[in-house]
Amino acid sequence: MSDTKKFLFFNRKAPYGTIYAWESLEVVLISAAFEQDVSLAFMDDGVYQLVKGQDTSGIGMKNFSPTYAALGDYEITKIYVEKESLEERGLTLDDLQHLVWEDEDEDYAEKDSIRLVSRAELGDVMAEQDVLFNF
Amino acid sequence: MSILHLVNKSPYENSNLNTASSIMKADDVLLLIEDGVYGAVKSGKASAMIAGQKVSVLGPDLAARGISEDKLADGVGVIDYAGFVELVESNDKVQSWL
Repeated sequence: MSDTKKFLFFNRKAPYGTIYAWESLEVVLISAAFEQDVSLAFMDDGVYQLVKGQDTSGIGMKNFSPTYAALGDYEITKIYVEKESLEERGLTLDDLQHLVWEDEDEDYAEKDSIRLVSRAELGDVMAEQDVLFNF
Repeated sequence: MSILHLVNKSPYENSNLNTASSIMKADDVLLLIEDGVYGAVKSGKASAMIAGQKVSVLGPDLAARGISEDKLADGVGVIDYAGFVELVESNDKVQSWL
């Protein structure tokens, strides 16, 4: 397909205080369905979206966090998490979901989707994109 | 005369928690709800703002965000919705820092 573009979705808000995180996921999945080259970036409060063990049964909202684990099936394999944002919030990669994708070129070997990057490295990722979406 | 201060935004997104905690009097109580609960996580930089204050967090909002109680700063209490009502009743006024 000749119309494939590199899309980067920037996620910078915590998951349940606003609707941004959920809306982002919706557009991400639509983009993947149109076979675009989709990457996700999580920085600032957006890193909270990936925290594991979310249980929304007490607040009457849908827990959409399991959806992140399905992104690999939509060939979304590049999930950038900014190191500085994690550190400021006292989080480590161990606090986040372990997201993987299966590489069909290597006998469906499971590979990590999350790439821990510095702010400068995230800037490099931005520079190589065609389109930037912000949520 | 005591005031119950409510903060519902992340301390990493705006200055509401900083404002509330710095204006509070000795008898006042701080309750963190919704995205405000991130301010009570001990390993986070923002927890320095609530040191020495009387602070509670709303348990269902903690659980929704995947924060276990052992991650909270020392002295932070976890309450449920009934406890929220009790705090409203036991203080003279409520200040919501929206």
